[in-house]
Amino acid sequence: MSDRAKPGSLLITGGHVIDPAAGIDAELDLLLRDGRIAEVGLRKKLRGSADEKFDARGLVVAPGFIDLHVHLREPGQSYKETIATGTAAAAAGGFTAVCCMPNTSPVVDSPEWVTWIQQPERGAVVNVFPIAAATRESKGETLTDFRSLQRAGAVGVTDDGKPVLSDEIMRQALQLSSQLKFPVIQHAEDTRMTEHCSMNEGATAFRLGLRGMPGAAEAAIVDRDVQLAQLTGGRLHVAHLSTAEALKPIRRAKRGKVQVTCEVTPHHFTLTDENVVDYDTNFKMNPPLRSAADREAILVALSDGTVDAIATDHAPHALHEKLVEFERAAFGITGLETALGLAIKQLHGANKISLRRIVELFSTGPARVLNLRGRGSLAAGNYADVTIFDPKKRWMFHAASSRSKSRNTPFHGWQLTGKVIATIVGGRIVHRDD
Amino acid sequence: MAGWKKINDLQPMAKYARGSLLGIEPLDAEEILSILKLARRMNPARPRPLLRGKRVVLLFYEPSTRTRSSFEVAAKSLGAMTVLVQSSGSSIEKGESLLDTGYTLRAVGADAIVIRHPNAGAPHLMASHIDVPVINAGDGMHEHPSQALLDAYTILRHKKTLKGLQVAIIGDIYHSRVARSACFLLSKFGVRITLCGPPEFVPEIATTLAPGVRVTRHLEEAVRGADVVMLLRVQKERLAGRKIKLEDYIARYQMTPARLKLAKRDSIVMHPGPIIRGLELTGEVADSPQSVIVEEVRNGVPTRMAILARALGKVR
Repeated sequence: MSDRAKPGSLLITGGHVIDPAAGIDAELDLLLRDGRIAEVGLRKKLRGSADEKFDARGLVVAPGFIDLHVHLREPGQSYKETIATGTAAAAAGGFTAVCCMPNTSPVVDSPEWVTWIQQPERGAVVNVFPIAAATRESKGETLTDFRSLQRAGAVGVTDDGKPVLSDEIMRQALQLSSQLKFPVIQHAEDTRMTEHCSMNEGATAFRLGLRGMPGAAEAAIVDRDVQLAQLTGGRLHVAHLSTAEALKPIRRAKRGKVQVTCEVTPHHFTLTDENVVDYDTNFKMNPPLRSAADREAILVALSDGTVDAIATDHAPHALHEKLVEFERAAFGITGLETALGLAIKQLHGANKISLRRIVELFSTGPARVLNLRGRGSLAAGNYADVTIFDPKKRWMFHAASSRSKSRNTPFHGWQLTGKVIATIVGGRIVHRDD
Repeated sequence: MAGWKKINDLQPMAKYARGSLLGIEPLDAEEILSILKLARRMNPARPRPLLRGKRVVLLFYEPSTRTRSSFEVAAKSLGAMTVLVQSSGSSIEKGESLLDTGYTLRAVGADAIVIRHPNAGAPHLMASHIDVPVINAGDGMHEHPSQALLDAYTILRHKKTLKGLQVAIIGDIYHSRVARSACFLLSKFGVRITLCGPPEFVPEIATTLAPGVRVTRHLEEAVRGADVVMLLRVQKERLAGRKIKLEDYIARYQMTPARLKLAKRDSIVMHPGPIIRGLELTGEVADSPQSVIVEEVRNGVPTRMAILARALGKVR
């Protein structure tokens, strides 16, 4: 326990340090001390001494990855995941911080539950930032007490899993958000268009006899929310954006200096609805896998800066909730451990997006979305949250070896590029690949 | 129990049990022809004990008259024993999962499972975990392969070949597993298929179903010169749900003797049943000499005998 309390010092030598916020992209040494970044400097020029050294030659040293969107399933659904197992998976995936969604049982709509999530008894191995419900029980009817939720440690509000559908409630939420500097995170789905649907609308859904969700169900909500954000000056963050159409209002908003950000998941930039074959429920999530054209548009938006963050929407489910008829299966897949490998394979390898941009999407970008001070950059004085990865390493992902409690992934047996070698939280190594 | 081990398996079995019939789409033309050929050698009036001692379970999660009785007669005509399990009055009502029901039926000694289910893909789930042939007797809006096969069998009793035929399918294509299976099958033989109905029932995307499929909103255009006119049942509640007026549908899409005259003189009228006289077709059309609606039901038995014989490895 004394180790926990005092992380000591760690010198990371010879790594390729990428810190988009500071404009650093060079071979440098990095010294961590007392849970903070002490110094970044030319190789062997750092003055301070260290208790421990980490040889990072050939590896990328990046600000700790932050996942804006995970489901840790506590309180109430520990058979799917716990804060301990979910954060262990996060550490293995290179994430030094995760933001957990409030659609648990009960819904995290009170400061008490926000506090509960952050208690040391939960056994988190990385930073956990709770996102609280925007409305009571996420029913979309009565706003929660944003101020007290924020005071308890919540970094944003959302009714994720469901949208805030009512215009009036969403307007009030954004109004409050502008006063509190606190984002409202929207699951953009007009559920009136998606009843009984289990995948994306299109040729594949028609052929499989499955009811399809039109892309318009997402775009319609994003469109409205952008207008409300403009009206109120509130901060809107669009979760798991998945369609070309929904990117249009986002681009418009960014040009017009409206405070709108968005995230994209690895599965939406990797797969399309054509990958839904044999009714494999590991390809069922919400938003669903979209068309090839949507995926193309998302790749462009990841590259040109329209997208602010990659978030996994890690959604663990027990086998008995997935090994059922497609239309009855739970929505969602796990994603923490495959995110970086997919990003480097798909974005860097296949689409020539720079490693620097990828690091930005995993760290600097998400830190900005939530205004997390002292994170998302390796500047001296910041928290010593660091992700070290080998960008060239090819490896095969085995679902059975996942740290998550659940196994619902479409990427079992996939060859990935880019492997997390060490995850450092507050100066302590919480995951190390051997 | 063997089932518990299976349910903890991460990945489904690589392949479905031999003889399974989950859909028409994955079959090739040759395979379809071999089933039809076998069907022509089956005669329910002269039972053959090909499947003596075999247990065929009819697992029906949805109501059915035609398909269920037809499979039952087919199985019995081949000497098999049949067991009917329906969702009401079984453990399914108590919340048993599809796979657990499958493991139970396997343990009871099922040699083949014929399944009808309201969810698309349910037979695929069953077949990927249970090591007996699974026959899809209709899954949600997806496929109804035995219906497509018996329809092909019926058409071939009236037409020399499928190739080059012009087939009009009229009605609620969107919700119809019969239409999907028919399109998959006929397309493999170079049939020109015209789907006809209002956009709510026949979305443009339907043309992507298979090569040779086109869509029209005009009944006359679909029927003119057709060799086969296939009508689908219209469910009133679906009309209401999609805000289509019953009278409008009847005015535009009901098959009447006058409209049928646009088809080839030797055209046939088909319908998977149950028919609603006065809605998708008039009584005159249903009872006309061109109508083969009753014959389709009759042909269901030898076709399903062939499907069962193939499933249980008695093809020769």
